[in-house]
Amino acid sequence: MAADKVDPIHQFHINKLIPIDIGGYDLSFTNSALFMVTTVVVAAAFLFLTTSSRSLVPGRLQSVSEMAYEFVGNMLRDAAGTQGMKFFPLVFSLFMFVLVANLLGLFPYFFTITSHIIVTFGLAVLVIATVVIYGFMKHGFGFLKLFVPHGVPVFLLPLVVLIEVISFVSRPVSLSVRLFANMLAGHITLKVFSGFVVSLSALGAVGVAGSILPLAMAVALTALELLVAFLQAYVFAVLTCMYLNDALHPGH
Amino acid sequence: MFVTSAFAQESAPSADTSHAATEGDTHSGTSVPAEAHGTFPPFDPATFPSQLLWLAITFGLFYLFLKRVVMPRVGGIIDVRNDRITQDLDQAAKLKGEADAAVAAYEQELAEAKTKANAIGQQANDAAKAEAETARKKVEAALDAKLGEAEARISSIKANAMKEVGSIAEDTASAIVEALVGGKTSKAEIAAAVKSVAR
Repeated sequence: MAADKVDPIHQFHINKLIPIDIGGYDLSFTNSALFMVTTVVVAAAFLFLTTSSRSLVPGRLQSVSEMAYEFVGNMLRDAAGTQGMKFFPLVFSLFMFVLVANLLGLFPYFFTITSHIIVTFGLAVLVIATVVIYGFMKHGFGFLKLFVPHGVPVFLLPLVVLIEVISFVSRPVSLSVRLFANMLAGHITLKVFSGFVVSLSALGAVGVAGSILPLAMAVALTALELLVAFLQAYVFAVLTCMYLNDALHPGH
Repeated sequence: MFVTSAFAQESAPSADTSHAATEGDTHSGTSVPAEAHGTFPPFDPATFPSQLLWLAITFGLFYLFLKRVVMPRVGGIIDVRNDRITQDLDQAAKLKGEADAAVAAYEQELAEAKTKANAIGQQANDAAKAEAETARKKVEAALDAKLGEAEARISSIKANAMKEVGSIAEDTASAIVEALVGGKTSKAEIAAAVKSVAR
């Protein structure tokens, strides 16, 4: 058990809370699922309750909800134009979900759902699937112009198209890995430094004195992680907007 | 929602068939407790189906809730506020226009009143001048008349006096002649003599 406490990987373990097995697939309600529910409930409740008074002059919390709404709205309008506003609910949901999941993960003993590649990959696939499906629905095969930039010499075209295809295919990977790796690395680092504090303190007076350094480090890292939590949610939303712009305007 | 459900149906089985079916089975065959310590938890394919399922459920519900409830409400609040602001600005502009119009009307009225006052003053001035002029003329005419009368009286008095000068001179001359010569002279001779001297 002592080893578990300082094991930086321990926080990422998934425990079944309610085992569910359907057709051979393990669909158990796990701690990960619990925190997905928590994230959704916290985010939805915050947005719902802070705006319930519908004040003309907003209070502090209502301002926060409105700021988030307008922040994402402006981001999408800048990247994808007015036409892109039909994806506003999707981008806003993604931003709020990732942001609240990242922030909740900073609480001690809380599980960080975005530190699991399959979760971030699932969200990234959702984005790319939206781009591809909407792109083909709106432009038909004209959507494939996305891979053929204008003004490229014909003899270079096969190479450029190949590069464009590779870059498009790597989008869901980069989108998901960026978020996942940031959250994972941040939480491991935080845990390692916090573990140093515990280990050093066990060594007596000298150890307690020596543990000040990793403690200060852990405090600083917490602040950094707070920034990263917001930044990664922002980056995820911005990239989503840019990819959606491709679905709306495939010609470069 | 269309995309979300499609993705859920699409991704969950594909992740299962590609990873869980191959790697998951081999792992469970070799060491069951490896799930806890062997593989790095985020890369453990055994947890993928459950995580994807619950992600699809939770995120799908979250998406629906935001789209149906939260976003219309927040958007409504912001729209109402923007409408209110533009309305207030319009009203302020309208009130400013009204105030400007009132100021202009006031200034115009003031200018009109000034010209009117000037006209009235001028008129009164002219009337007073004309009255003074007629009064002066009347007085002058009366004075002229009196002057003429006086001159006429003076001239008549003078004429009378002149007329009497002849008879006085005749009397005086006859007296002088009587005294000097001692003889009587006829009145006619003396009158002719006086007349020739008076000439």
